[in-house]
Amino acid sequence: MKKVTNIPFDGTPEQEAQLREVLSKLKSVPGGLMPAMQQAQEIYGYLPKEVQVIIAEEMGVSLSEVYGIATFYAQFALSPKGEYKVAVCLGTACYVKGSGEIFDEFSKLLGIENGGVTPDKRFSLDATRCIGCCGLAPVLTINDEVYGKITAKDVAGILAKYNA
Amino acid sequence: MKTVAELNAIKQKRGELFGASMHHILVCGGTGCTSSKSMNIIKELNAQIEAKHLEGKVRVVMTGCFGLCAKGPIVVVYPEGTFYHSISVDDVTDIIDTHIIGGTPVERLLHKEETGETVMKLDDTKFMNKQKRLALHNCGVINPECIDEYIARDGYQALAKVVTEMTPQDVIDVVLASGLRGRGGAGFPTGRKWAFAKASKGDVKYVCCNADEGDPGAFMDRSVLEGDPHVVIEAMAIAAYAIGSNQGFVYIRAEYPIAVQRLQKAIDDAKANGVLGDNIFGSGFSFNLEIRLGAGAFVCGEETALMTSIEGKRGEPRPRPPFPAIKGLFGKPTILNNVETYANIPAIIRNGAEWFSSMGTEKSKGTKVFALGGKIVNTGLVEVPMGTTLREIVFDIGGGIPNGKKFKAAQTGGPSGGCIPESHLDVPIDYDNLIAIGSMMGSGGLIVMDEDNCMVDIAKFFLEFTVDESCGKCTPCRIGNKRLLELLTKVTEGTATMEDIERMEQLCQYIKNNSLCGLGQTAPNPVLSTLRYFRDEYIAHVRDKVCPAGVCKKLVRFEIDKDKCIGCGLCARQCPANAIERTDYIAPGHKLASMAINNEKCVKCGACMAACKFNAIHKA
Repeated sequence: MKKVTNIPFDGTPEQEAQLREVLSKLKSVPGGLMPAMQQAQEIYGYLPKEVQVIIAEEMGVSLSEVYGIATFYAQFALSPKGEYKVAVCLGTACYVKGSGEIFDEFSKLLGIENGGVTPDKRFSLDATRCIGCCGLAPVLTINDEVYGKITAKDVAGILAKYNA
Repeated sequence: MKTVAELNAIKQKRGELFGASMHHILVCGGTGCTSSKSMNIIKELNAQIEAKHLEGKVRVVMTGCFGLCAKGPIVVVYPEGTFYHSISVDDVTDIIDTHIIGGTPVERLLHKEETGETVMKLDDTKFMNKQKRLALHNCGVINPECIDEYIARDGYQALAKVVTEMTPQDVIDVVLASGLRGRGGAGFPTGRKWAFAKASKGDVKYVCCNADEGDPGAFMDRSVLEGDPHVVIEAMAIAAYAIGSNQGFVYIRAEYPIAVQRLQKAIDDAKANGVLGDNIFGSGFSFNLEIRLGAGAFVCGEETALMTSIEGKRGEPRPRPPFPAIKGLFGKPTILNNVETYANIPAIIRNGAEWFSSMGTEKSKGTKVFALGGKIVNTGLVEVPMGTTLREIVFDIGGGIPNGKKFKAAQTGGPSGGCIPESHLDVPIDYDNLIAIGSMMGSGGLIVMDEDNCMVDIAKFFLEFTVDESCGKCTPCRIGNKRLLELLTKVTEGTATMEDIERMEQLCQYIKNNSLCGLGQTAPNPVLSTLRYFRDEYIAHVRDKVCPAGVCKKLVRFEIDKDKCIGCGLCARQCPANAIERTDYIAPGHKLASMAINNEKCVKCGACMAACKFNAIHKA
């Protein structure tokens, strides 16, 4: 089950205007609902209920259809992400090289589980599917920075860089 | 560009640049190498070329994947073809000063085989020796963001030939005769798929490309899209011509940002150059192409689910028939092929069906790309003729297992495939042989495991994946796999009985026989294949309550060797559960009493073993 956030929605009127513009363009495109939700997530960083309601109304579908898609695909988030998005690859190549332990170490040090965000919204943690740089296994990314060939022992040091 | 003559003019002009007497420095811009900062190397090379006034004498080219990802970032300098690996920004000065200006290769950056022998060219390495690059023909050779470079390497010649000289039936006949089978997993003959769609009545038909490479540990399709995106565009246009379609969709993973961006640029450039769009080469044939992004659902690699997802819905599969060739995307006749399948098409048209069918085995023609990963020295992308043995791939091309460990299994086919033991390493790889030994070709992920990997844990890893990714539409997959995972978890925790193993085998068969789509039908394969080849490991977990590889935490016991322990107490300070206490035994030659682990309190985190500086703690 996906975690639905209890952090209050803080969208701005600018974001809403941007969203409505995107939706008006995609409304007539066949199969446009998923691209609409993907762009909405780009605008807000996640898909809170308030945004799903706007999408449903503008695209002319029910809220349950939007929610159904949001929960079906791993990429859609119902909770906001942290300022630093930690994503540990749990693809096979990384897993056989110990990425499971790396994930557990982050989970322990940050005190959050898969899909969670720290109360100060600084870090979020996700287990991801293969990101395709198996040559660097095990890998993790923090925002756009890629860390390769790491061990569980490196985790505290990596986090310290962002806490400085 | 409106005519074939214009295409040939670009080819010739660009070809002259390739042959010009100047240095070309090729830098890998694939995901693996860019993650190790290869873009900074390109920046630094260009900065130094400007500072040292070498413009016109040397050209820096960002390319796609060279294949040897383990040694990234990779730089190759032409015309000599000198292969440099593990390059950092600090090495740029040497490459420019010593090689480009001085004319001698930088010795310290060259590749050395295990024998100590230095190898100058990538093609001469043991890694490349046995490979044959068809689908990867342009990867690591051209700049994927430059359509002229693709044209210079015979790009769009096949499309030109098809639309100006061949009938749709001719195209299908060539593809049929080549023996090409789908590279996405099941191996259905591509020509037959196209023939069905051509025969299907309808004024609107679609051509789709499956680039939703969800198999964890596989990156073949990504590398083709990053290194040679135009080949997919050209092939899809050819397919569209053959079946009578004017619109295509590429469904690609959002997790592949570089591939998405390069494919989009390639589509835009192809449109600007007239090889996509209306009236291609003045033939009256029109074809347009759009990208649709996936959103992280493994099941969307299944063809009907993928089409449902392009329609903007939950990507659930639907029963077949009707097959997509009759009723596919938006209810219209549709063909769907995977990236690697398409990557073979233009060369088949250019060189003929016989050229292609002369490679490979009787029933599996051509080559196959594998993403080699896991416990292997040369992690990377390899392309070999069908019929090559696993032993050649793992030991000759892959360089074997690192750290002197022993090979245990090779896993092919991802979560739908199986684990192949040492005893079957000499089987020539093709679609049918892999199925016979309980695995499958799949899309081409090939993960190597060594003695430190527990096969029950690996089976559980894959099953967790499929349970997580099951769409939930049909019961055998949704509930069956969950129950199977529970039984498997019991095994890894030492609470299973021998009857549970039989129950698992039975359940596997039910799930295989009754699931709606390929995901469910193949989900039990990792369990079945490990039960078949590594049954003794299951029995050790169940009967002896031992995990032989020391992976399954519930079954692991940590022990302190009382004679090696010097009694420093570091382990006890690291232990989160206060499970380590001092004994009253002082080993000969030591001053302090040794430590011991209270297994009742131990949480099996392994912190003590990691902390011990004297190797006195081991898993038992």
